[in-house]
Amino acid sequence: MLRVIGAESIDSLFEHLPENARLNRPLDIPPGKSEFEIVEHFRARGEENAIGYANFLGAGVYHHYRPVVCDVIVSRGEFLTSYTPYQAEIAQGTLTQIFEFQTMICQLTGMDVANASMYDGSSAVPEAAMMAVRATGRDKILVARTVHPEYREVLRTYARYQGMPVEEFGYDGETGEIDLNELEAKVDEHTAGVIIQSPNFFGIVEGVGNAAGIAHKKGALLIDIFTEAVALGLMEPPRQADIVAGELQSFAIPPSYGGPFAGIIATKEKFIRQIPGRLVGETKDANGKRAFCLTLSTREQHIRREKATSNICTNQALIALMATVYLSLYGKQGLRELAHQNLSKAHYLASKLPLKFQGRFFNEFVAQGNGRSVEAVNQDLLEKKIIGGLPLERYYPELKNTMLLCCTEMSRRNHMDELAEVFAK
Amino acid sequence: MEKKVRSHISQNEPLLFELSSPGKIGYQLPDLDVPAVDPEKALGAGQTRREIEDFPEVSEVDVIRHFTRLSTWNYGIDLGLFPLGSCTMKYNPRVNELVARTEGLAWIHPYQPESLSQGAMEIMAELERCLAEITGMDAVTLQPAAGAHGELTGVLLIRSLLESKGNPRRKIIVPDSAHGTNPATAMMAGYTVENLKSNDLGVVDPEALARAVDENTAALMVTNPNTVGVFEEEIVKVCEILHSKGALVYMDGANMNALVGISRPGDFGIDVMHLNLHKTFSTPHGGGGPGSGAVAAKKHLEPFLPGPRLARKGSQWTWNYDLPRSIGRVRAYYGNFGVLVRALAYIMAHGGPGLRRATMDAVLNANYIRRRLEAHYHLAYKSPCMHEVVFGDDHQAKRGVKTGDIAKRLIDYGFHPYTVSFPLIVHGALMIEPTETESKQEIDLFCDSLIAIAEEVERDPQMVLKAPHTTRTARVDEVSAARRPVVRWRREPAQSKAAD
Repeated sequence: MLRVIGAESIDSLFEHLPENARLNRPLDIPPGKSEFEIVEHFRARGEENAIGYANFLGAGVYHHYRPVVCDVIVSRGEFLTSYTPYQAEIAQGTLTQIFEFQTMICQLTGMDVANASMYDGSSAVPEAAMMAVRATGRDKILVARTVHPEYREVLRTYARYQGMPVEEFGYDGETGEIDLNELEAKVDEHTAGVIIQSPNFFGIVEGVGNAAGIAHKKGALLIDIFTEAVALGLMEPPRQADIVAGELQSFAIPPSYGGPFAGIIATKEKFIRQIPGRLVGETKDANGKRAFCLTLSTREQHIRREKATSNICTNQALIALMATVYLSLYGKQGLRELAHQNLSKAHYLASKLPLKFQGRFFNEFVAQGNGRSVEAVNQDLLEKKIIGGLPLERYYPELKNTMLLCCTEMSRRNHMDELAEVFAK
Repeated sequence: MEKKVRSHISQNEPLLFELSSPGKIGYQLPDLDVPAVDPEKALGAGQTRREIEDFPEVSEVDVIRHFTRLSTWNYGIDLGLFPLGSCTMKYNPRVNELVARTEGLAWIHPYQPESLSQGAMEIMAELERCLAEITGMDAVTLQPAAGAHGELTGVLLIRSLLESKGNPRRKIIVPDSAHGTNPATAMMAGYTVENLKSNDLGVVDPEALARAVDENTAALMVTNPNTVGVFEEEIVKVCEILHSKGALVYMDGANMNALVGISRPGDFGIDVMHLNLHKTFSTPHGGGGPGSGAVAAKKHLEPFLPGPRLARKGSQWTWNYDLPRSIGRVRAYYGNFGVLVRALAYIMAHGGPGLRRATMDAVLNANYIRRRLEAHYHLAYKSPCMHEVVFGDDHQAKRGVKTGDIAKRLIDYGFHPYTVSFPLIVHGALMIEPTETESKQEIDLFCDSLIAIAEEVERDPQMVLKAPHTTRTARVDEVSAARRPVVRWRREPAQSKAAD
């Protein structure tokens, strides 16, 4: 190869690099290791984390069983090692699957259009807010304090330099639902979007219709967020919302210490040109056969550059594929039964604990510590190889000595009984 | 020439919704071990959905066959060279997939106690250390989910630093060869964009730059090597021009595969940059994600990095949330951890010497392709190339054949096309990046194919214009797709009646 190039050595191909831009020592990284050593290394790191614990944490990341078929499909090299499907003729597999994904997200959320996925639920929130700003020509965002605290932090980071003021509104201390009166008082003719989450961070189901009514009266859009996608199997879809944004981790994506996950944005037909990210559309090939391709890319950065709807380039295609396989396996009947198991398990555990809020909930709820601190309860649980709930005071200073607990189809009755016993001690 | 491909049978497959028949299932759940709750009582009648209309009803075998059939309609690195310029489509080692699925790594919750997450935190700390060493930077955040997300993080860091000095400034300079994400990112961070014209060598002209930089300039966003595959030989001077006016330099690390072990951005004056772990560090592209856009920064930007940050408390790792000057979170939790595991496994398998060797092979492969093709395609710039080479379609355009047509014809030869029509500064660009993981045999087949196509263009341009000829899907009509967008399946009204 060097002979063809006409170079003496590979080193000579770097000779034009200026001396002061060159690294004149080896990298301080140990020499390469064999496959066996690498497997051993990561197994050892894994063993330093919790293995074999029952887990009652939710708060945006859920332990759901992953059917074997999901990994079988995403491990296929034709999916795993392909690229963004710009060359439609040799990417019909990915394109067809994304079209199916978009359809299923619409079916689940009651929306008309869904994109091919976002990085995750949290980054989908500011993207949805920016969409509302573009669609209304207004600038202000109202966000419920019952939206995931870290999602709200991400929203603030994005909003800070875009002339997009973000204001929060509170919740009803009895029910754990958003405070509709406060929302009504705060929404005005500058409000572009109102963001709520249902089920909210406390697990409580919000009245999306009521919030939408208040937002729409002032000409603002309602953005509904979800973190527990399994709830969509049993809950009425948020049809009154204008934009739905959420996290799909529940659909076969392992918790994996917080990522990679996949977010989505879905919306009404009339906002299709405001949606960020990739979209796949149906068309025909030169022989008149049905085919799919990326479409409406004039919204996107590689065409529009500084005038794009977002700088987003990557989506989470492989994760979205995982979710698509999962949803096809569970299907119409299974997703409902899965959601029903989650609902039943959470209500079983909740029936044994003092609850902070009276609102209706899906598979998460807030328990009020009695006497002992919730941290002490969690400590005792660890000895029984149970990871308890998330203490909420760090995120909500007013929620003293409370914890957020979650049950899924993987929660066993004996662990729930043990948890309740330790809690009552 | 011996072609890489010949045609074979592929299966037709309807959409899942068309495959569906009532009552079919593909799941199993254990029996419920607690009393069943009535959903209408628990959630309220108005909040409970009766059914998910038209949702799929298929069996497990249906699912396996459906997605396996779809997969055969795709091209991937596992099938051959994938020469997309600036995308670094290298082989994805499978051991990385295995280790990311290790139970103690895949099944850990981000909020479980730190004492039960030490292994995960150690992996992140080690990756931060390796990436700082590779880039010559002082601090690394692994939080951003992708390259563009990293860019936004980096520009927000710059903005916060300048703001802390009293003036965030107004504009960001972006060379006309830059990726589209650069100007889009600058806008999202509240800046205006000033485009800088590249010179005849395809690089930033220090004199033009000096004229553009003023007290309103916050930063330059530069890609090095740039998108024409050329190392910015004046990069040290370029950085000095910005720094002398109190501005900073952001580097888009998309092309870092040309530099690892050879040259470090931190040493040539860059203040902050992102790395695409899904490019340089070989985590699978997966049809468009997930990626990871780690950001590496110099000391003066460290206080502004997104939180939480890894810190040492005695012999344990802990997350530090006490970061008063941080730009705030750019996503929930800590980053795309599963991708980080794969990237660290890649770095460990190569080691320092192996990473350097990979860079050298990547540059060797690109130079070899350049030499073999330059008699047949118009070489955009004579400057020495690094890991990728860019041609223009000038010769072929005279016969009415454009870069996009050549790309489609390349598919008939069994290859994924190169990057088409980018960078914008090259008319009719063919941007080719082979990466280090391709053998000479595969690269020769690729060059032979492009040379054969150049001859076809002379002989029979009409045939090339109608390519691809051998794929199961002929050329796709993208124009009508955009004119009347159909972005979801819907049951046709007649069908729905029949189902009733």
